[in-house]
Amino acid sequence: MADSTFRWLMLLCALSIFAIVALIAIELVTHSQMTLAKFGLKFFVGSAWDPVSGEFGALPFIFGTLVSSAVSLILAVPLAVGVAIFLTEMCPKALRGSFSFLTELLAAIPSVVYGTWAIFTLVPLLREYVDPVLIKLLGWTGLFVQPDFGIGMFAAGVILAIMILPIISSLTREVMTAVPHTQREAVLALGATRWEMIRMGVLRNARVGIVGSIILGLGRALGETMAVAMVIGSSPTISKSLLAPGYSMAAVIANEFNEAVSDVHRSALIEIGLALFLVTIVVNACARLLVWAVTRGAPARAT
Amino acid sequence: MATTHPKSSTANRRWRWFANHTASVLAVASTILVIAPLVAIFVDLVYKGAVSLNWNFFTKLPAPVGENGGGMANSIVGSALLLGLASLMGVPIGISAGIYLSEYGRGTKLSNVVRFTADVLNGVPSIVMGIAVYGLIVVPQKGFSAFAGGVVLGIMMIPTVARTTEEMLLMVPHSIREAALGLGVPNWRSMLSITLKTAMPGVITGCMLAFARVAGETAPLLFTALGNEFWSTALNQPIAALPLQIYVYALGPYDEWHRLAWAGSLVLVFLIVVSVALVRFVTTRGVLKGAS
Repeated sequence: MADSTFRWLMLLCALSIFAIVALIAIELVTHSQMTLAKFGLKFFVGSAWDPVSGEFGALPFIFGTLVSSAVSLILAVPLAVGVAIFLTEMCPKALRGSFSFLTELLAAIPSVVYGTWAIFTLVPLLREYVDPVLIKLLGWTGLFVQPDFGIGMFAAGVILAIMILPIISSLTREVMTAVPHTQREAVLALGATRWEMIRMGVLRNARVGIVGSIILGLGRALGETMAVAMVIGSSPTISKSLLAPGYSMAAVIANEFNEAVSDVHRSALIEIGLALFLVTIVVNACARLLVWAVTRGAPARAT
Repeated sequence: MATTHPKSSTANRRWRWFANHTASVLAVASTILVIAPLVAIFVDLVYKGAVSLNWNFFTKLPAPVGENGGGMANSIVGSALLLGLASLMGVPIGISAGIYLSEYGRGTKLSNVVRFTADVLNGVPSIVMGIAVYGLIVVPQKGFSAFAGGVVLGIMMIPTVARTTEEMLLMVPHSIREAALGLGVPNWRSMLSITLKTAMPGVITGCMLAFARVAGETAPLLFTALGNEFWSTALNQPIAALPLQIYVYALGPYDEWHRLAWAGSLVLVFLIVVSVALVRFVTTRGVLKGAS
């Protein structure tokens, strides 16, 4: 009697995880009914966002989210893979623990603290030293042109890169550790250098998992709110220059929700949230499946 | 080698030597590049935060705009209350879900789907959770409240707690369960007092990790707890929280506010780092290994 009650109670708690997902979906759909019905799919291709006159197009935010996430991945992925290679294949054992502890700490710092740091330290640094160099070297591409305020899409991309680095590198490390040692030994036995061993023996075997961890980082970047909201510039415009201010989906919700001028405005913001929810669910599901596919057969995490 | 077609074996050897060393240098360089911002953030935080920290910070309310010398006492208490509420909700449900996954649902299709859903739920942006709870609690109650803030943070704790609890319970050897059952202890009793107790250090670790994660959450609190300039511990009223206050102060136009934002950030990070370090200490000191 007590046993079966206990069992049902535990089952109920496990099922609560489904309930949460369902609840989020239901709440988002019911509260964005107004704009869902009024604008339909046009909502996602319109580029005018003027809450006061009742025009709602989410394209600038989608653009901002995609571009800032892309910038962050371009910056973070090579670095993260480099760190993972260093930690799994080259680093002396004594250092490994403290390095992974440091990256864990980096993952534990709250978004709002990253944002604060970005406003007061990173943005001035970019504006004074990094952006002028980028304008000089890459100005011809049209991606880095004046005017430059420091805050903007590029600053958002840089702070996002710093934030997603730990998750990508620690998962990449996990996947690389899961590659059996015999693979490494086999390649070394053929006379390969260390880099060739890493490239052919480790990276090739781990690539599916690495892609998974990158997608997981992308999921984080897409939904990251506070730090981005603090440095992206909050301007619903689509501009070719990365130094221009922009806006992201999560940031516009954070900034405008409590000051929404009308019910339609609030409904539009919730619909953006719904889109964000669906996209991150798909992205995370893909990433999990990839990581899972690789680490499933591996021996238990040996760190 | 696969990537090049060298003319002679000397050139080949040279190229391979070069590639090998370049790769090593790049790997070391990227590690330094990754460590650099972390060090920069910590140095900045400790330096600017420590300069601004004083006794007032912990005891005073925020000063009126333009006046110096305010503190964040109400935010600290508010955060503690919110996190307490969140733990009350997230920890029992999370641990129970973990018990189900490890003890009843091992290898079943249902538990695989639950596990997968929990992982995916972990990746849902916190701001989306905030909107959902806004619709669920704030709209029907017609007002922002500490209760709504606690609920949203609690929901966010569940997947993390459930997954770590499951992983820790899986490490408990079968012989321990069998020993308990062999004594005629009912199944539920053996799970709670034997299996769960054996895995307790690990389970607590998971709870601390989830706690540390939601402690710094700002976005979901914007539309639930809202923030408050004054003392409030009422569950049905808006309440102040440390991350919210940091956000407001960091974006504000006054130097005094920026100072307080740094001090608040330092306190918040200190709390989180201490709990993560504690977790690290517990997990590496073999407390868990001793259990298995």
